Amino acid sequence: MSGFSNRPLARAEAKVMGRLDLTKRLVALLRHEEAVVGGIGNTNFDLWAAGRRPQNFYMLGSMGLAVPIAMGVALAQPQRRVVALEGDGSILMQLGCLATAANLKQGNLLIVVMDNGSYQITGGQATATGLGADIVAIARGAGLAQSAWAADEAHFEEMVGQALAEPGPWLIGVRIDMQKPVIQTERDPAQIRDRFMRGLGVKPAWG
Amino acid sequence: MSAWFEIIRDTLKRHEVRLVAYVPDNVLTPLIRAITEDDYFTSFVTTREEEAVGIVAGAWMGGTRGIVLMQTSGFATLPNVLASLAVPFQVPVLMLVSERGTLGEFNLGQALVARTMRPVLDSIAVEHHTISRLDECEFIVDRSVRQAVATQQPACLILSPLLTGGKVFAQ
Ligand SMILES: Cc1ncc(C[n+]2csc(CCOP(=O)(O)OP(=O)(O)O)c2C)c(N)n1
Repeated sequence: MSGFSNRPLARAEAKVMGRLDLTKRLVALLRHEEAVVGGIGNTNFDLWAAGRRPQNFYMLGSMGLAVPIAMGVALAQPQRRVVALEGDGSILMQLGCLATAANLKQGNLLIVVMDNGSYQITGGQATATGLGADIVAIARGAGLAQSAWAADEAHFEEMVGQALAEPGPWLIGVRIDMQKPVIQTERDPAQIRDRFMRGLGVKPAWG
Repeated sequence: MSAWFEIIRDTLKRHEVRLVAYVPDNVLTPLIRAITEDDYFTSFVTTREEEAVGIVAGAWMGGTRGIVLMQTSGFATLPNVLASLAVPFQVPVLMLVSERGTLGEFNLGQALVARTMRPVLDSIAVEHHTISRLDECEFIVDRSVRQAVATQQPACLILSPLLTGGKVFAQ
């Protein structure tokens, strides 16, 4: 597990990067119709901005549930890799799911936590990670042994490549800046769900 | 006639409800045991009921039917996820709630929490039924699963102490 073990960085040592840039890099590495679940707010908007894919699910509320939703998809479709994109404030609200993911030993699950130390979308108030909590250390403590901080963009890509190819569950922590999203997701929940199901082959193609 | 938990297990199986996520409850113990002992089901514990709803919603979108087992106090943590995920996204999350707080409850907190359940379900138009008789158990579970799937809406089944015996009084 080279990318995850050879640079055991603490949060403070990770480079602060751009969320949209990282999201685009991640999407560019998807070759096998991997499913991606965007969390509430910015992770979701940037996933939308990185290009609509039928295998993307855009969550419009239910703060903290991107990882559980991704876990459900991963359980239903063990052959498909499933990625959850979650903010630090969001994952802090549902830390227990990290322990559940570890217990379920989901080989096809990758969690990416976009950590700006802030509840950016609600006014930039500090989160617990901004005050010292380390999500990667928490994840490891929850049993997700294959958890690490991305040192920089190239390291992030290396880690994603590994997480898409080798058995997980994986968690990548990335530190991000406070760039605002460039566009917002179209808020049409039934359509989002329907397209996602067709993208996953659960329903036939439309038309 | 089979016991309530055998009827529920078998009816879920017949409808291919395979994924069972739960936060334990004393009254649900025989059902959880029956499901855990049956290889047909993928069953596991979650740390919160909300998390279980997220997982079951994801699994539905991935093509697997699932249900969340919980007690009334667990249901009380769910209005946000039901109103922001299951209902608007039209995902038929099935819920089975063991009813505490009534017919001999000894904990006032449980009694009050239980009072919030049906108004919440009604306010977001989620179909719910209370199962109180063994001879109605299969019909209610069967029809509720069918309706949830056909209408793509969540459904909540409430297990009354009249059916299960409820939780025994603390001595
Ligand atoms: C249960 C719940 N509590 C609070 C909110 C309000 N809220 C919406 S987004 C958000 C912040 C999300 O923070 P984070 O995941 O770190 O993402 P960021 O805004 O930094 O991109 C909050 C507090 C909510 N939608 N739901």
